Amino acid sequence: MTVPISAYLALSALLFVLGITGVLLRRNALVVFMSIELMLNAVNLTFVAFARQLLAIEGQLAVFFVVLVAAVEVVVGLAIIIAIFRARDTVDIDDVDLLRG
Amino acid sequence: MEVVIFTFAAIASVAGGVGVIGSRLPVRNALSLLLVLGSLAVTYLLLAAQFVAVLQVIVYAGAIVVLFLFVIMLLHKQLGEMSPDRLRWQGPVGLVLAAAFLTLILLTIRFGVAAPTAPAPAEFGTAESVGRALFTAFVLPFEVASVILLVGIIAAVVIGRPAAQTAAAAGRSAATPVGGSRR
Repeated sequence: MTVPISAYLALSALLFVLGITGVLLRRNALVVFMSIELMLNAVNLTFVAFARQLLAIEGQLAVFFVVLVAAVEVVVGLAIIIAIFRARDTVDIDDVDLLRG
Repeated sequence: MEVVIFTFAAIASVAGGVGVIGSRLPVRNALSLLLVLGSLAVTYLLLAAQFVAVLQVIVYAGAIVVLFLFVIMLLHKQLGEMSPDRLRWQGPVGLVLAAAFLTLILLTIRFGVAAPTAPAPAEFGTAESVGRALFTAFVLPFEVASVILLVGIIAAVVIGRPAAQTAAAAGRSAATPVGGSRR
């Protein structure tokens, strides 16, 4: 007995919403970043599930590029977080409000 | 059998996801993320995507989580202290919006067409088939991806370097002989 594709999609939706909740609720910049990774992974699961159903390899290639961009994003983002921490001694994103009117 | 493995992987990944957003200790957040990534690799194997599963373990679990842990250790001393919450309405509104969004997606999945899944051919999702597509039809995006990686490396180095200090040190070392006092 095989697992229906909709089960994978439901799992993906659940993980994506967990990621959204993390971005909306948490104020630690590192945790917000991890939540973004969570959302990217949920989308990757959707890509792989549809690639399996349609037997199209392009879905897995999309995952390849998403993983690559996620790696670059983490490198640059963590560098920015470290720079902010050096300058302002905080990783609380509510405290970084220089652009506030 | 497949259902059992999927159930375990799904439970583990959702538990890990709750841990990522729920725990107060950054190290626990990162290790929960590792749990999510590992169990998602298992679901990729179930979906006949061996290459993507290996990629997930190597790049995500091997590189990205380690980078997160590295930064957590680096910033260790003050990560626990947060300023008092200034946006009190943000939490409940965020939860309601997230729940509404989840309901919407689940309804979409529920009413979507559920075509029966054909068995995958043996070579589907192997490194060979993915690599063949990558180096024929997708060769231009692949090359662009290498440029993106290069840009990321340069950006990390430039951002990570304390600019003012380096410039001052360079000026000082030009003016004074080697061994001049540096902080």
